[in-house]
Amino acid sequence: MDPKERMKIPRQKMPEQKPDVRAKNFNEVPFGYTEELALKEANRCLQCKKPSCMKGCPVEINIPSFIKLIAEGHHWEAIRKIKETNSLPAVCGRVCPQESQCESYCIVGKKAEPVAIGRLERFAADYERRSGKVVKPGLAPPTGKRVAIVGSGPAGLTAAGDLIRMGHKVVIFEALHKAGGVLVYGIPEFRLPKEIVQAEVDFLADLGIEIHLNTVVGKADTLDDLLSDGFDAIFVGTGAGAPLFMNIPGENLSGVYSANEYLTRSNLMKAYLFPDYDTPIATSRIVAVVGGGNVAMDSARTALRLGAEQVHLIYRRSKEEMPARSEEVHHAEEEGVIFDLLTNPIRYIGDDKGRVVAVECQKMELGEPDQSGRRRPVPIKGSEYTMELDTVIVAIGNGPNPLVPSTTPDLEVNRKGNITADLQTCKTSKRGVFAGGDIVRGAATVILAMGDGKVAARSIDAYLKDPGWWDRPAPEPTPEKEEKKAG
Amino acid sequence: MHKIVRTDTLAPSMFLMELEAPKIAEKRKAGQFIILRIDEKGERVPFTISDSDTARGTLTLIYQVVGKTTAQMSALRVGDSILDVVGPLGKPTHIENFGTVCCIGGGTGIAIAYPIAKALGGAGNTVISILGARTKDLLFYEDEVRAISNELLVCTDDGSYGQKGLVTEMLKQLIDRGEKLKMVVAIGPVPMMKFVARMTKEYEIPTIVSLNPIMIDGSGMCGCCRVSVGGATKFVCVDGPEFDAHQVDFELLTKRLATYRDKETESYNRYKHSKEECKIGRG
Repeated sequence: MDPKERMKIPRQKMPEQKPDVRAKNFNEVPFGYTEELALKEANRCLQCKKPSCMKGCPVEINIPSFIKLIAEGHHWEAIRKIKETNSLPAVCGRVCPQESQCESYCIVGKKAEPVAIGRLERFAADYERRSGKVVKPGLAPPTGKRVAIVGSGPAGLTAAGDLIRMGHKVVIFEALHKAGGVLVYGIPEFRLPKEIVQAEVDFLADLGIEIHLNTVVGKADTLDDLLSDGFDAIFVGTGAGAPLFMNIPGENLSGVYSANEYLTRSNLMKAYLFPDYDTPIATSRIVAVVGGGNVAMDSARTALRLGAEQVHLIYRRSKEEMPARSEEVHHAEEEGVIFDLLTNPIRYIGDDKGRVVAVECQKMELGEPDQSGRRRPVPIKGSEYTMELDTVIVAIGNGPNPLVPSTTPDLEVNRKGNITADLQTCKTSKRGVFAGGDIVRGAATVILAMGDGKVAARSIDAYLKDPGWWDRPAPEPTPEKEEKKAG
Repeated sequence: MHKIVRTDTLAPSMFLMELEAPKIAEKRKAGQFIILRIDEKGERVPFTISDSDTARGTLTLIYQVVGKTTAQMSALRVGDSILDVVGPLGKPTHIENFGTVCCIGGGTGIAIAYPIAKALGGAGNTVISILGARTKDLLFYEDEVRAISNELLVCTDDGSYGQKGLVTEMLKQLIDRGEKLKMVVAIGPVPMMKFVARMTKEYEIPTIVSLNPIMIDGSGMCGCCRVSVGGATKFVCVDGPEFDAHQVDFELLTKRLATYRDKETESYNRYKHSKEECKIGRG
């Protein structure tokens, strides 16, 4: 096929559940590509000599190679190619914001729609998992070194997957009763089925990674305990798990949730199956979700599926500034979430039992750009109005989890409580301790956390082979690398 | 999996469970708690660690059956297991030699006051303990508390054992007889803690309460357990569970505790019903 013919093939859609059906169940929305669709889509790739798509992938997947293998029908080889650099392809293919990562660099995208790299990655990963014949990669000979990973979210799992392949003994410590971090408690089933996360975690355990659940580092053991217990290095990937509230009146009324609580009840504790599962969650008629990120979309769509008649998304800026993945915004709209844009809650009103019954909002307009480059929302005087509701989900962001820093005095943190680490190496102020993902960056994305996990694994490997590495300055960042990180 | 090595009935609907958790037993300090999940479909529920035995590698939990999970726990036997136990959680009690302290335990709160009283006694304080229960049958741990206290006052609401009256009346007696209390620790039902706090505020005696809101993760990531202390929002699981009683908004705590009342009843009734059906089937 010549490039012209390839360019003529339209981007293949993934079949998905109809909005009115899916808004009432927790099953995954898109069904994924069939083999036929995957083949068609793979043929759209021009196999660039200097592939720019790879610049947009923080975990360095050899994109043209794996797509070529799919196009040739060699799906086994395709997934093996992906897994050379990415331990969690079924996750990435589903939750990465590809429109601002790999696909944003795709040459085809300049004239037509970019190649659906994420969907093809997902196809390859699902193909392997469904076959039940997961192939293990080869491991380097054992080095005798032990690495502790604190937190089993995307950053920790990626670092663990790379480190074990380098021949190091890896032990993960996780506070919750299931591994996966935000992948299990935050992202809902309809976007990322939990059996897929479990399969990826099982794959890592099969490689020989030890996973200690129900272990809160900073409470059971501190970092210093781990270092004196014989760990040669530590990676801290404890994330941004401390919910932020707006500190407005009425925020402690019953029925006002942090998104973390709401999603943890539903995803991790399966409250949507109450009373078959023991954890309860609000039965709501009218819900307001406050925020405009992925977490807000996940909360709103979860509330719909839990049976709410009306779900409002209250966001203080306009739709263009929403940080959520575009596909999720689109899905939320299709399912009937009502967007109350340029609106901000100013207080919640409760009844005599302390339950929330209404919210008072204020309309906003956009002023001058702020530090983030987005136009600052400014309240419009006299625009206040009240809306009745029975549930509020606050999804305005998360701060860093303080448990590890608060019990490790020589670990430097910034003003916000994030661990200070050099993102070129993930090195912290404490010798032998590395950190990455949201605990360093503040709440960011799954893929950036995974990229950090990868960088950290490489640095840890270098440090374990030569302890003198620690004292040498990091190499100057290359411009290309910078660009990738900004993605 | 955490094996249950001992169970005991302390009073009607009040039970003791000793289970294996060596790491937590070694690390835990007075005032801290664990969160457990019985099985795959279970909820996460917090329990204060009443005691631990590092040699046996065990924790002792004391609980009252108030709903589905606690009822299910009380049906477990020695040799059965609890799926998940995480801890120790929360900040330990601040222990030092204050002088004379009064530890008050009401109802299940006795089990939470006990380890604190024990630690305070161990630090050289003169410990005066007050135990209160609705009626004689509901009183437990009297001997254990006596063993670690310099003085023990016991009262029941109906006068069926000890003195007749409420723990606040016992506390008033201590104050009236001129006891110079440097600190009061009050643990029990929310109204009890509220009234103790009201009294000690009047006499300007520093008072600590241990709060028991609804929790999920217990590590500060959800804010389900938030309370208002001195006008500021605090997460009980990481900032507490102990707070200055004179700063706590007890009304808010009571209201937030009632959030899932209907669902809790539904779940408990369903469980009881399934147990009954089970018995009929067997019979």
